[in-house]
Amino acid sequence: MSKINFLKPDKSNLYNYLYFGSFLFFVSILDVFLNSFFKINLTGFLPNFLSFILPLTFGFIGLHLIRIEYSGIKNLDLLNKHINTNNFNAVLSLLIIFIIIKSIPSAMSWFVIDASFGGDSKDVCTGSGACWTYIKVWMRRFMYGMYPNGEQWRINLSFIALALLGSVGYFATDRFKKYLTLYYVVIYPFIAFLFIFFFISGGPVFFDFSYGIIAAILSIIVGFFIPNKFKFYYFLIVPFLLYILLKYFIFYEEIIELGKLDGLNWVETGAWGGLSLTFIISFFCLIFCFPIGMAFALGRRSGFPLIRYISIGFIEFWRGVPLITVLFMSAVMFPMFLPADFFIDKLVRCIIAISLFEAAYVAEVIRGGLQALPRGQYEAAKSLGMGYWRMHVFVILPQALKLVIPGIANTFLALVKDTPLIFVVGLLEIVGMLNLAKTNPEWLGFAMEGYVFAAIIFWIICYAMSKYSYNLEEKYKTDR
Amino acid sequence: MNFKVKDLGPQLITVLAVVLIFGFFTYNAQVNMENRGIDFGYGFLSQEASFDVQFSLIEYDGSHSYFRAYLVGLLNTILVSVIGIFLATILGIIVGIARLSSNYLINKFAAFYVEFFRNIPLLLQLFFWYFAALRTLPLPQEAESTFGVFFLTIKGLYVPAFIWENFSIFFYSLVAAFISVIFIKTYAKKVQESQGKQIPVLFISIGLILIFPLLSFLIGGVSLSFEIPKLKQLATTSFVFDGGLSLPPELIALTLALSLYTATFIAECVRAGVQGVGKGQKEAAASIGLTPNQVLKLVVMPQALRIIIPPTTNQYLNLTKNSSLAAAIAYPDIVLVFAGTALMQTGKAIEIVSITMFTYLSLSISISVLMNWYNKRIAIKEK
Repeated sequence: MSKINFLKPDKSNLYNYLYFGSFLFFVSILDVFLNSFFKINLTGFLPNFLSFILPLTFGFIGLHLIRIEYSGIKNLDLLNKHINTNNFNAVLSLLIIFIIIKSIPSAMSWFVIDASFGGDSKDVCTGSGACWTYIKVWMRRFMYGMYPNGEQWRINLSFIALALLGSVGYFATDRFKKYLTLYYVVIYPFIAFLFIFFFISGGPVFFDFSYGIIAAILSIIVGFFIPNKFKFYYFLIVPFLLYILLKYFIFYEEIIELGKLDGLNWVETGAWGGLSLTFIISFFCLIFCFPIGMAFALGRRSGFPLIRYISIGFIEFWRGVPLITVLFMSAVMFPMFLPADFFIDKLVRCIIAISLFEAAYVAEVIRGGLQALPRGQYEAAKSLGMGYWRMHVFVILPQALKLVIPGIANTFLALVKDTPLIFVVGLLEIVGMLNLAKTNPEWLGFAMEGYVFAAIIFWIICYAMSKYSYNLEEKYKTDR
Repeated sequence: MNFKVKDLGPQLITVLAVVLIFGFFTYNAQVNMENRGIDFGYGFLSQEASFDVQFSLIEYDGSHSYFRAYLVGLLNTILVSVIGIFLATILGIIVGIARLSSNYLINKFAAFYVEFFRNIPLLLQLFFWYFAALRTLPLPQEAESTFGVFFLTIKGLYVPAFIWENFSIFFYSLVAAFISVIFIKTYAKKVQESQGKQIPVLFISIGLILIFPLLSFLIGGVSLSFEIPKLKQLATTSFVFDGGLSLPPELIALTLALSLYTATFIAECVRAGVQGVGKGQKEAAASIGLTPNQVLKLVVMPQALRIIIPPTTNQYLNLTKNSSLAAAIAYPDIVLVFAGTALMQTGKAIEIVSITMFTYLSLSISISVLMNWYNKRIAIKEK
């Protein structure tokens, strides 16, 4: 047996080092463990500072002794490779282990052990832990805002139906697969829109809406007789003109009694709120900002200088200002820009503002994808005799969008995280409702529980979205 | 010139549409303002503001003008943005490097931090710090001091104030030190390029930056003393700290939330940048005999910076824009002071909102101009 040198552990005395080193390491961890879980201080007889620093020193020496390269023991080598490569790493690893051990008991006791779950009033919350009763009592408000309790089945029904309709893509057979894009881009948003206005809002909104249906049906019927060449421009212009014509000139001040739905009370948008409002706003902004952003991305790369400059102006303006001022604008400035008798609902104004704002970001992301495509793609498409729109729809955009999936996902994540800002215009989604609940005189002092609850919900939503986008990216990855 | 009449059509239609929309808006705005009896103009800026602001970097009270109030808000916004950018950059770099560490625990710890903080809305984090976390701090009379001079209480953080004498001399000596450092740096570069000799620039610069201000203390008659905050009793149960510098809890909460949130994004930029440098570059550098430190300093970092700077610029812009969330916790930034209180008092919606937006646009543009200039300096110089 060779001499043991404690400063330079080597392989020849492997087991001596190993036993002594791991003993020290475990002693240090045991000390911290007992200290934090059972409040037993093994080294209490020492002065304060020494007792504090001792486990770290023990652990450090222990880790130093077991740092033996190519020891031949699989677990030891793994340990050395991952947390114990040099002295500096060893100290950091020890600190992290200690922090985790120290924080587990207090976190556990706040979240579970000392927390109160039962009951339905503040009186049960006497422990030092969290008061989940508060969340339980206010749950409906956090989910549905001021929406009347008796009517909340309408929100649930709409969301379940929309979730089912949204999952159609997974069950579609090959025969219907080619229609899926059309379904998701046009039909599904339209159905969602109907659901929101029929079910969640209810009431007289539908009367206004009926002009739109009549205009759409009329223009589709007439559309069959329009030559193909002009069809695009026809559908771009005529339905809107017809709608305005019907609403303001022909049936002015008259109400068309079309499909009037009795029995559903009208719930004004001011009463909507909570998590469901977060979903509604994110959903619609997501749907609207994508095509607008795409249009401006194409506009920014257009060959027409005037269109290009207008697009650049639009994009850079929205990207340069914070969302909160945009919402301010939609709340106090926008009504000034409209005719006096023309009223747009607060929620709709909000959705327009957020959509335009996020569209600028989407436009920049898509532009990145367009720029990343090699020129050859454009030239090949042109040489096949494709026009501008055909080239972009069938060749350029599918490839460009595939490239920018991560960027788009990040923008959508930012959108979801930005929705709480609507408190500026007085709409209260979940964070706003939390702030309202915490000022309730009967439930003072539970701000922490509320924020932790909302943070967990948002974290789950955003984390799931980012993981999903990662999957999409993997799925559509094509080697070039 | 490649001019085609055919091209005019779509452009004219677009311009016409834009002009029509804007015309419609301005016409309505005019009619609405006439109906309500509001006149358009920026004259209100010189009127007396007659409202107070809690926290201000420049002298301000109710008798000052609206323009002065605007300046107060703007300075507060810039203050919180600068502090936030500074802290977020440091934290972001540390976490980004930790994310690349071979140590499993450190790596996962950094990953946990990034995934945790960036998936929670900033506003929620801000509310958490302000309404939940900072409210658990002690009252002034119960506060324990750190090193006897810092007091962290529910009413804010109290730190000693610096009392300078002849501050301008100290300032000029610092400026002189920095100018000489730049001069030495260029000289060292020239020497290295022509003769291959290396001058220890770092030590010389540290020495210069220490020596110049020290000289100003010894010869220039500069002196520095501290004013330590002291507890003062107002009534039987009401205490405040007097003297020193006080940072309001709004500022602390806002800086914490902004820097913790933005640091996660900067960390990801740093990670992507360092990973983006090809493995071959490091191996090539090591094979010509550079030490690991030299590899990092001379080969990896210059290339990584090129990848890191543009997205980090975006994060700086985001942080500046996100500082407008201050309005939610009543930190008197430009949105709260100007687009909030001043707008309520004057009712000049169009003027005030447009000034606020224009201010943010200028802030954004100046940050991106600055960062673009820096980016151009470190970009590859192609011949």
